[in-house]
Amino acid sequence: MTAVRCVDLCKTYRQGEEDIKALDHVSIDIAEGGFVCLSAPSGGGKTTLLNAIGGLDKPDSGEIYIAGRRIDNLSKGELAELRLRQIGFVFQAFNLIPVLTARENVEFVMQVQGVPAGERQKLAGEILDEVGLAGLDDRRPADMSGGQQQRVAVARAIVSRPELVLADEPTANLDSKTADGLMELFRELNEHHHTTFVIATHDKRVMSYAKRLIRMLDGRIVDDIVQDAA
Amino acid sequence: MHRLEILFRLAWRNLWRNHRRTLIMLMAVVLGTWAMIFMTALMRGMVTDVVKDGISALPGHVQVHHPDYRDDPSVANLIAVSDADLSARFNAAGFVKWATRVRVPAVITSEYDSRGVTLLGVDPEYERDLTFVDYDSVSGRFLESADDSGIVIGKKLAETLNTKVGKRIVLMSQDPDNDIADRGFRVVGMFEANIKAFEENYVFAGKTTVQKMLRIGDQVSELVVLGGDYRDVEAEYNKTVELIDGSGEVKRWFELDPYLGSMLGVMDGFVLVWIIVIFLALSFGLVNTLVMAVFERVREIGLMLALGMRPINILGQIVVESSLLLAIGLAIGTGLSWASVQPIKDGIDISIVGDGLDMWGMSSVLYPELLLSDVILANVVVLVLGFLASLSPAWRAANYEPIEAITKV
Ligand SMILES: Nc1ncnc2c1ncn2[C@@H]1O[C@H](COP(=O)(O)OP(=O)(O)OP(=O)(O)O)[C@@H](O)[C@H]1O
Ligand SMILES: [Mg+2]
Repeated sequence: MTAVRCVDLCKTYRQGEEDIKALDHVSIDIAEGGFVCLSAPSGGGKTTLLNAIGGLDKPDSGEIYIAGRRIDNLSKGELAELRLRQIGFVFQAFNLIPVLTARENVEFVMQVQGVPAGERQKLAGEILDEVGLAGLDDRRPADMSGGQQQRVAVARAIVSRPELVLADEPTANLDSKTADGLMELFRELNEHHHTTFVIATHDKRVMSYAKRLIRMLDGRIVDDIVQDAA
Repeated sequence: MHRLEILFRLAWRNLWRNHRRTLIMLMAVVLGTWAMIFMTALMRGMVTDVVKDGISALPGHVQVHHPDYRDDPSVANLIAVSDADLSARFNAAGFVKWATRVRVPAVITSEYDSRGVTLLGVDPEYERDLTFVDYDSVSGRFLESADDSGIVIGKKLAETLNTKVGKRIVLMSQDPDNDIADRGFRVVGMFEANIKAFEENYVFAGKTTVQKMLRIGDQVSELVVLGGDYRDVEAEYNKTVELIDGSGEVKRWFELDPYLGSMLGVMDGFVLVWIIVIFLALSFGLVNTLVMAVFERVREIGLMLALGMRPINILGQIVVESSLLLAIGLAIGTGLSWASVQPIKDGIDISIVGDGLDMWGMSSVLYPELLLSDVILANVVVLVLGFLASLSPAWRAANYEPIEAITKV
């Protein structure tokens, strides 16, 4: 079964006089349980592609399927439901709600999903331990380092065991040791729970964990290789 | 449930995020609420004063007359049932305050001058607390019994007639056969009234004495009943209708004096307008605060939407936040107005600003009247209109495009 299927996606942004092709006839199939890295230089179209797959942004043309279901023509409400139930997100720009503590941020998605408080707290506590934030449960984002915030975001993305995790530069603010720790965690989830990962990154170390590496340039896929993960 | 919990948590935390702004807005709501409720209590107090004085001139919340009495208040139109019979019925009914009176137009004459007045033939025992005259502050004395042969007149009238306690005057009216009925009285007392006009218009004499003078046997012109609250006289009215059983016309005070009655309705309308005007002033601040708050939180609102929170829940957050702010402000403001009424509950002297107030039928002591219904009205109006006012910024927030919002810098 394919977890993600993109057929001939195009997306053009207008910047002043110029048309920028952020996605230029992109087609990919990602199998369930895939562990894919998207790599491209800045402006290559990674975020645009992840947003399209996550139902946050509509492509100008092309089709997108998640777990076999076409999503590019769904209503806003259906897309919200899809994001809530099936996808875990780590965003590049902004991830945490400032007035909530680390634990509450992690619990947020589960709370909106309607997971009972007891279960929610247990899962959130466990996952915070796993990403190395034990003891920081009650910190607000403003009182955490960039790396710690990033790990809270990752914890939130995976805590509810979504089928698909879309992570945009999840290791951007992390030192290499912590980054390795997170990638190990991703891999473990991938192997034990068959979670599909699509990770946009510049980071060579992150790429080395990937089972499949897709390189993009100016909105086009230029390279798509299956590799032995590190 | 879970969703409500998160909505309230977010709303509450966001509320205190910008302490200063929230506190300023809160102060405005508190002040506004205080102005709504406290000022309303003062205004109510004034109106009650006017109405009560007005009723005291009639006086009585529920009155019974001959059906034609109001057109022609003469001896020709007396209540069909005898006074003794009325007394038996009304005493047995257990009314706290009621009385019967002979009330006819008359001319009072001293050796210097004469004036047209309303003659009240009363039983002082029943009349106590019913009339606008305070027995104890009458110079001279008030009547002592229904067959007292003296007369009590107003100070002002005494001046006009150039008479005083101890002197004699003559009263003249008509008997049922249209013959002159007159009698000499000794002035035994002079009363003062809040409303100077009363001092000129009313004279009091013993009921039995007046009945004899007018040759009307044991009949009276009116029966009055006083209830506990002038606003609600239905119980007294219904009971009276039952007791009179068709032998007289029963009217409530506001039917007898529609102008006075309409003041209550006008006041209710005025209170509502006052509350809404203050709210409108508040709402500018409120909406502005919310618009700013929403604008500052574009990115996190985008994030919540991107994570799959429904727009209606974003809307809910903003509305809950605004409602919490209003609720706190209302609670403090209501408490504050209650507290400000306490020290002046027994009346404040407004004679400094009140010169000439009695022209409006107002006394110089003001008793604020804090009505539960006004408190509820103010709270409900602010909450409901506040809810409506917060919808527009909340709607705006709920309709952000998640990706655009989340990447806003
Ligand atoms: N909302 C937008 N309006 C205009 N142009 C946009 C918009 N979003 C993206 N672009 C343009 O589309 C192209 C692809 O952007 P995208 O964000 O997908 O790149 P990226 O690979 O994620 O880059 P980075 O590594 O810097 O995050 C860029 O040239 C960018 O300037
Ligand atoms: Mg990007």
